[in-house]
Amino acid sequence: MSLRSPLSQARGLGSAKDGVHHWWMQRLTAIALIPLSLWFAFSIARYHVADYNTMILWLHNPYVAVALVLFFIASFYHAALGVQVVIEDYVASEWLKISSIVLVKLALFALAAASVFAVLKVAFGA
Amino acid sequence: MSAKPSAKPVVSRPLSPFMLGQYYRFQISSLLSITHRITGVGLAIGTLFIAIWVMSAVAGPDAYARFAWFARSPIGLLLLLGWSWALMFHLCNGIRHLVWDAGYAFEKKSVDAGGLIVVAASVVLTVAVWLVAYLVPSA
Repeated sequence: MSLRSPLSQARGLGSAKDGVHHWWMQRLTAIALIPLSLWFAFSIARYHVADYNTMILWLHNPYVAVALVLFFIASFYHAALGVQVVIEDYVASEWLKISSIVLVKLALFALAAASVFAVLKVAFGA
Repeated sequence: MSAKPSAKPVVSRPLSPFMLGQYYRFQISSLLSITHRITGVGLAIGTLFIAIWVMSAVAGPDAYARFAWFARSPIGLLLLLGWSWALMFHLCNGIRHLVWDAGYAFEKKSVDAGGLIVVAASVVLTVAVWLVAYLVPSA
């Protein structure tokens, strides 16, 4: 028999109370990504054949740099939230579920930081 | 230590069958639902490569040239085309989800019609993006 109270046993097993925040941030980033994705898809279609100098000139445009930073932050954040739900739904083993979510989140936030740094380095550079 | 409640299911309860397959009649919503997830995961991976594209420009002309060579190859073009369609599909179906979140279009007819509109719009937008990108002269 356990000496722990029923309340102490129940604590920590239920909702972590951040489901609404997850839901809300997914929608917020989704709305931000409507114009950003249309612009980004068009830009990639246009600049994927660009030579190095054209590309650097494009990244020097302040509007382009800011839009790219916004796109990378919103899309990697949105991806982290979305991939988390997919993992939660399909990975049954508890430790594998938790460790893959941690891994995916760290990787996506590292990518966001690296891509934002890359855009800013070119934008501020010579 | 007492047994942790709900750590392990005592009886293995049956799961409802997967939405596509022999157990349910085909409907466009379930197909688009799984397509939304697949394109979502695909886009996460695809955006990784595009982030590398931007980073390659920082690394210098040689690194950028290597990436540009791949982006211009038939496989690179095919991947870009697939990526752009996946993005347009996820975008359109995402708007469909936002409409549902706002509380609209839950009738069976509007759900089916919305699905067809999303598929059509994703193709039209993909074609439009590439046409505009290639046809409009740069400033």
